[in-house]
Amino acid sequence: MENRQNRAHSIDMSNLNKGEKAANKEEKKTCFTVSDLNLYYGEKQALQSINLEIPEKSVTAFIGPSGCGKSTLLRCFNRMNDLVDSARVEGEILLEGEDIYAKTMNVADLRRRVGMVFQKPNPFPKSIYENVAYGLRIQGVNNRHVLDEVVEKSLKGAALWDEVKDRLQESALGMSGGQQQRLVIARAIAIEPEVILLDEPASALDPISTLKIEELINDLKSDYTILIVTHNMQQAARVSDHTAFMYMGDMVEFGATNQVFTNPSKQKTEDYITGRYG
Amino acid sequence: MKQNTATWFKSGAPWVWGSAATVSISLLMVVSLLIMLTMRGFGHFWPSEVIEIERPAGNTFGERKQVEEVPAQRLRDMGMVLPDSVEFVARRLMKTGNRDITGQDFYWVLEKELESANVPAEVVVLERREWGNFYGRLRSVKESGVVVVSDDVYAELEKRLTRSSELFSEIEEIEKHQIGAINYSMEKLRLKKRALELKGALDSEAQEELRAERAELQNGYGSYQKQLRELYQAIKRDSLEIETADGKIVEQSLKTIVRAYQPNQMSLVEKVAFYFEKLGEFVGDDPREANTEGGIFPAIFGTIMMVFLMSLLVTPLGVIAAIYLREYAKQGFLTRVIRIAVNNLAGVPSIVYGIFGLGFFVYFLGGNIDRIFYPEALPAPTFGTPGLMWAALTLAILTMPVVIVSTEEGLSRVPKAIREGSLALGATKAETLWRTVIPMASPSIMTGMILAIARAAGEVAPLMLVGVVKLAPTLPLDGNYPFLHLDRKFMHLGFHIYDVGFQSPNVEAARPLVYATALLLVVVIVILNLAAISIRNRLREKYKALEH
Repeated sequence: MENRQNRAHSIDMSNLNKGEKAANKEEKKTCFTVSDLNLYYGEKQALQSINLEIPEKSVTAFIGPSGCGKSTLLRCFNRMNDLVDSARVEGEILLEGEDIYAKTMNVADLRRRVGMVFQKPNPFPKSIYENVAYGLRIQGVNNRHVLDEVVEKSLKGAALWDEVKDRLQESALGMSGGQQQRLVIARAIAIEPEVILLDEPASALDPISTLKIEELINDLKSDYTILIVTHNMQQAARVSDHTAFMYMGDMVEFGATNQVFTNPSKQKTEDYITGRYG
Repeated sequence: MKQNTATWFKSGAPWVWGSAATVSISLLMVVSLLIMLTMRGFGHFWPSEVIEIERPAGNTFGERKQVEEVPAQRLRDMGMVLPDSVEFVARRLMKTGNRDITGQDFYWVLEKELESANVPAEVVVLERREWGNFYGRLRSVKESGVVVVSDDVYAELEKRLTRSSELFSEIEEIEKHQIGAINYSMEKLRLKKRALELKGALDSEAQEELRAERAELQNGYGSYQKQLRELYQAIKRDSLEIETADGKIVEQSLKTIVRAYQPNQMSLVEKVAFYFEKLGEFVGDDPREANTEGGIFPAIFGTIMMVFLMSLLVTPLGVIAAIYLREYAKQGFLTRVIRIAVNNLAGVPSIVYGIFGLGFFVYFLGGNIDRIFYPEALPAPTFGTPGLMWAALTLAILTMPVVIVSTEEGLSRVPKAIREGSLALGATKAETLWRTVIPMASPSIMTGMILAIARAAGEVAPLMLVGVVKLAPTLPLDGNYPFLHLDRKFMHLGFHIYDVGFQSPNVEAARPLVYATALLLVVVIVILNLAAISIRNRLREKYKALEH
């Protein structure tokens, strides 16, 4: 028992206390309720009977070894798996009580409410301004004043405004990787979603850009529910309030981050966190 | 030594040399093709020296054309007396002109006989609207049949020629444009009347109206007729007397003469100026004399017009087909079959498309359009006859496979991450396609268009069936409403080459024009391609996300 404690403490704990405070402040409302979710790629089952309640306006991290299904699960929340022909979903995910897999659900509307940022920055080959305005233009907003305002607000929200305010009309492809990733986050928050899904948002970035993204996540969680998939356990420990550990398509453990990292209830979680595999 | 050869082969150097050699050969072939076309074609416009040839039947003037070596025996068989020792003799084709008198334009002369030929400075070449060139010595200028000038005739001729050219272009303007427009309106009016008749709505009021309009047109026609009569009278005034090399004096009316020049007296500057004048005429004027003289402007215009229309038709069709195949259709056996079919379509001989165009577009579609929309013109067909639109459509079908293939290629190269990024922002699939995927695939679409243009502009066989003619009286684009006449037949450079080269009554005279037209066709295709390529490069620059 002591042994376990010590090993767990070898991870940077400085940020854990913050998470603890936030989690303890008050019981938050539930954003997503996942019940008995199964996902199959053809014959192969990729997610097995996942049950989960994700609280709103907090950061929930998904960790686990490669191929454990955490990205697949994340992509269930905005139905990105619909794009994979062979994928089949059973069970339900409720977004504020509404089944997102219901026939009546408009997928485009859902994705407006649940934004997503991918592993590799994927700015459109357009200007910085047009990248951020893209979501609004899709919604039919073409008023210059509205767009200007939203672009500025979103870029400020993504801590990018000061770096790019003088070159909004230049191509987004000329930015550095870290800037591109923050641009993509700005693009996502421009349409004011309720949830932001981050799929290993910092894995392709250098340490300084990673730090900026993490700071950004911290700033954003007061307004958005954030779900983040990460390979980097320190990162999960630093940024998240809740952590879910997945293994081979199973949800092994889900709880407050400090509890999962310092006192995991499952052997598998402990093994993974202490670096025995994965 | 053997060792060395083996290592040399292993090093890969032979392959490098081999590929360099093939590239050089291809380049050399292209360059020599262009040089040959330029030399053979564009040398034609240079004013060549006129020499006087002495012949037993009487002297003639002539311009030197090509030389050839012939076996002496052949000429002996033809009755020519040659020394027994010679085996081959060089003979030269001379352009002697004066076809209306001698009945022939060209004449073979032994090169030996030309050595002593003299170059008379005073000889004048008359370029005529009919019957080809006339070579002779000027005698006098006549006005209304009376000799007015007999010294320094050439200067006087130039002055009067300017006047008659102006009159001629005035006549042409009235005949082609003003009267042409009236005829067009008359025809419209006739069709309107017939349409009313068919509908049974031709009451007295309508008839009165039509009659009034007709009278107005008739009025205009009458006044133009009067003007024309005056102009014809004026242009007939002057004529000249010219003496051929063998002393015949011939009278030529100035109205038949395009230009007169004295090639043996021209300075280099004058020759250059003359050259460019002729070149301008070639590019910018209508053809004369069964296409063997004058310009080829209608053919250039028709080619470009047809290619433009073809591009306008093929791009949306091909792009939509490719989008459906790549983005929407469920990938499987059927799409594979369709892809194979599309690829095979690209290999179907073009004449087959011509037959399809004639059978389906012209007779079936065009025939039905006529029945439904133009019943008043029947039995004369409007769209039920080969025309610009059907030619463009046929070529669009012919070139569609390349557009489909390259568009699909472009679509498949748009990264998945970009599509997901757009979808994740709440865009539907169609919105994603419109706003992101298609713009990013646009360079490939342009590549498809470039290939389509290159193929369509050079195609001749199917066009002969669906709309190209030897001589189109009017351009498909003019000042008469609705300005763009898709039902009209048109001229085309490729067909023009065929027509001038093989169908013309005077093949010898037309041969240089064949080369010049071929070069111009190449130039037109290159220009169209360069335009498309520059657009593509700009798009590539804009959407270069694909490169990494």
